Amino acid sequence: MQKDVTVSIRNLSKHFGKHVILNGLNIDIEKNSITTILGFSGAGKSTLLKHILGLLQPTSGEIHVLGNDLADMNHFKLRQFRQNFGMLFQYAALFDSMTAFENTAFPLREFSDYTEKEISERVSELLLSVNIKEESFFKIPSELSGGMRKRVGLARALALSPEIMLYDEPTTGLDPITTRMVNDLITDTSKKYRERGLTSIIISHDVKATLEISDYVAFLDRGRIIEYLPALEFPKSDNPLVKAFINL
Amino acid sequence: MIKFLERQIERLGASVLVPIGSLGDVMIFTYQFFYWLVKRPFRSKLFIEQLLFVGNKSLFIIFLAGSFTGMVFSYQTYFGFKMISVDSLVGPIVAISLSKELAPVLTGLIVAGRAGAAMAAQIGSMKVTEQIDALEVMGISSHQYLAVPRIVAGTIAVPMLTVIFNLIGNIGSWFVGTKALMIDEVMYFSKLGEFMFVEDLLQGIIKAVFFGFIISVVGCYFGFTVEKGAEGVGRGTNLAVVWGMILVLILDYFLTSFLIRIL
Ligand SMILES: Nc1ncnc2c1ncn2[C@@H]1O[C@H](COP(=O)(O)OP(=O)(O)OP(=O)(O)O)[C@@H](O)[C@H]1O
Ligand SMILES: [Mg+2]
Repeated sequence: MQKDVTVSIRNLSKHFGKHVILNGLNIDIEKNSITTILGFSGAGKSTLLKHILGLLQPTSGEIHVLGNDLADMNHFKLRQFRQNFGMLFQYAALFDSMTAFENTAFPLREFSDYTEKEISERVSELLLSVNIKEESFFKIPSELSGGMRKRVGLARALALSPEIMLYDEPTTGLDPITTRMVNDLITDTSKKYRERGLTSIIISHDVKATLEISDYVAFLDRGRIIEYLPALEFPKSDNPLVKAFINL
Repeated sequence: MIKFLERQIERLGASVLVPIGSLGDVMIFTYQFFYWLVKRPFRSKLFIEQLLFVGNKSLFIIFLAGSFTGMVFSYQTYFGFKMISVDSLVGPIVAISLSKELAPVLTGLIVAGRAGAAMAAQIGSMKVTEQIDALEVMGISSHQYLAVPRIVAGTIAVPMLTVIFNLIGNIGSWFVGTKALMIDEVMYFSKLGEFMFVEDLLQGIIKAVFFGFIISVVGCYFGFTVEKGAEGVGRGTNLAVVWGMILVLILDYFLTSFLIRIL
């Protein structure tokens, strides 16, 4: 396998009962890049993401992540392996009984050997880096605005220095200003951690923002990647479905 | 009006029948509980939190229900027993009924309505807001993190609450019996000692352990199976209460018929 490929998927198929959701899907996702997967609602984008995370088992096909075949791992290994991932959820998915600080500290407390003091330093650093000010550290999610929650969610996702960041529809349902902020956050994060080798995978409906922030764009339809191009070339695709999607 | 009633009954029926199909899922869910129970880490902090939560949620109503049940029951039996001049037996009758039957069952029903419902609501809302996915993505078993502490806490809390219910109920009964109905106090206690046995207490506590377990399994199960959408969490909460109560009552029958033979 090539050295600079983070995620490599071969002939991935997934059936839910009689429904074929993924059907012989192939994709290689390059290290250090931002790759966005576009597709109509229900195309199977989230399903694909769950396969990369090892949350779903393929009906057939192979998935390699960071050089490891997911099929070779039992579910304890898989759980451990997921520490290589950070994920930002659509509505941030902060634990609503915990403060912004505790949310960010959560993965560190669970998985690192840091002392409380080191955790506290690391959390402050993370939260400040996503523009959460100290006065908001001890607010619970319901006291934070949607944009702030997203930022805390990102801080939490970055806490364990993941190799791969996943964003599932990071801007769906946000107002234009917050959307812009989240997109900036994604590009900033990607840039900042680039030399450490962070790969970002985004799932999106938003064509315009996708083309602005991504290095590569893939289009998922009927269970396959039907187009996969550098972002600059993507609008010139001559695939009729892609054209239709871009011009929606 | 009749149409309205019909519709309500249909709705109740539907909410009872639909989950019977998922009996197998509940079995798997219960199996997973035991699987994760013995896996490290055991989250004792979450367990203590849940224990306090279940206690807090139900304690006040347990006090209320316990004292009134004891007082009313004392009254009821007194007038029946007086006719055949065995009014001194009011104490043991109330005590035995409370400890074997009324305390565990009423506590179970109350906890199903309060804590069982709250478990389903909490876990359900974590499900719809993807907090459960967030746990799983971090590599944490949501079952171990959310269900195990709650089920263990419920299994321990319900017998504890039952003992409290029992105690309060008996105090209520003693109070009404000796202060309002003027049963002789010495008589009251001596008959109590004569007819009441440890087995009676034990039977109630054993029942309560099973009730606590089943209520929290059902509460957690209907939390985890909440579907996305506005009605999801409410529906899950509702199912947790209805099924928690139904199972307490059914289980009570079988446990009674079993325990009577071995105790
Ligand atoms: N666990 C499951 N069991 C059965 N069907 C499922 C399951 N998960 C997803 N599906 C189905 O798979 C299809 C693809 O779902 P998926 O969530 O991957 O789509 P998506 O591309 O992410 O769509 P959206 O843009 O709406 O999020 C849908 O039709 C969905 O109903
Ligand atoms: Mg999706």
